[in-house]
Amino acid sequence: MPDRRSSEDMERKVRIVMAKLGLDIHWRGVLLVSQFLKDAGMEVIYIGNTFPDQIVAAAIEEDADIVGLSTLSGNHLTLGPKVVTLLREKGMTDVKVFMGGVIPPHHVPLLKEAGIYEVYGPDTAMEVIVKGIENAVARRARSS
Amino acid sequence: MKDIDLLVEKSLSGEKLATARLISIVERGDDAAPSVMEKIYPHSGSAYYIGVTGPPGVGKSTITDRLVSLFCGGGYSVGIVAVDPCSPFSGGALLGDRVRMHVKSDWDVFFRSMSAGRVMGGLAKTTKEASRILDAGGKEIIIVETVGVGQSELDITQATDTVVVVLMPDSGDAVQMMKAGLMEIADIFVVNKADRPGAENLSSSVEGMLDRASQTMEWKPPVLLTAASLNRGIDRLYDTIWNHARFLKEDSRLEKRRKAQMRNEMQSRIEGELLQMFRKHFGNEEELNSLAEKVYNKGIDPQTAARTFLENGFELKKRRE
Repeated sequence: MPDRRSSEDMERKVRIVMAKLGLDIHWRGVLLVSQFLKDAGMEVIYIGNTFPDQIVAAAIEEDADIVGLSTLSGNHLTLGPKVVTLLREKGMTDVKVFMGGVIPPHHVPLLKEAGIYEVYGPDTAMEVIVKGIENAVARRARSS
Repeated sequence: MKDIDLLVEKSLSGEKLATARLISIVERGDDAAPSVMEKIYPHSGSAYYIGVTGPPGVGKSTITDRLVSLFCGGGYSVGIVAVDPCSPFSGGALLGDRVRMHVKSDWDVFFRSMSAGRVMGGLAKTTKEASRILDAGGKEIIIVETVGVGQSELDITQATDTVVVVLMPDSGDAVQMMKAGLMEIADIFVVNKADRPGAENLSSSVEGMLDRASQTMEWKPPVLLTAASLNRGIDRLYDTIWNHARFLKEDSRLEKRRKAQMRNEMQSRIEGELLQMFRKHFGNEEELNSLAEKVYNKGIDPQTAARTFLENGFELKKRRE
């Protein structure tokens, strides 16, 4: 009679903090993605509208693997990199920051240069997002 | 091993990142978890523990948020453990209690979201361990927030000193609450969303039930009306929590309550350990399958089959030794 639950419980569930960046109120997308990540077996901590310092505080206290930022209002270049910088400053060097929303393609290289791990546009398939996060976490686990 | 010592030391001095990591370790039940709790436990016990529970959507998080602002305004540091259900299908969870929190940057607050049913031994064990880590790290007030459906409301009485049960006018009539088992566990009742019709009605029917039950009680749970989103009635709730805390401090009631909790905790841990040991030493899937076959064919009844299984297991073990 093997313990069926233990192996599942021991398995590390991905913890992801999902935020609406700044004052951007278009929350439907981020909730839809959050729901999807939950259904993919992840623990999604949804924190709503928040600024970089609050996002980083949440990431620390929740011991997040991933931070997901949703933005559709054009604040990605200013607030996005700030999240990465603050995370590194606070010692969360291994947390990967994902971004999703309406982001002009020519801004993507700038964001990646600033430390954003991945950027997803509006037509990204949910499976791509799930895979992307899982791969990032797997890489994190291997390197630590 | 050394890493754990360092993490514990940092967490005890209030370093958030270390505290967060320790909570993850015990929440996952990592190999290091027992040694973490062994080191943390002696430093815990000085915080005051408050439980906030009730049906989904009644405003537990908003009430918690308002209480946190009063505690912090009073100069206290606060640790919060907020538990939300997890999906039975995927094991994932959407933890949304943080959305309601408005923490000022100069407040000493640590908020941790948790998914219920993720760890063996259930909610009581995880929330207790997480709150002990926060307590040991110097938080003076611990608030444990859980959804009051099923077993969890019993667990919250095992993990806290004052239990606040939150209800709202539309959350069903008094009979529903009695069914849900919320009546027995409350030290304080809150009828939230009192700006809506039906709040007075609900509070008097709760009072009525308490009148009948409370003749033998030393502490009759007060029923308070609040409208948390309008910040109404929270001051009184805050005062009432302190009243209850003072009541517990008289005649060493708090000591008795905590000792009873610890006895229960040990009992459930012993049962858990026994189960683990049993599974380790008596694992025999084949015998279980063949017994199931026999039970299905009416060759044996389930109760006798279970007993046979156990007796055979003990016999085998004895012979092996």
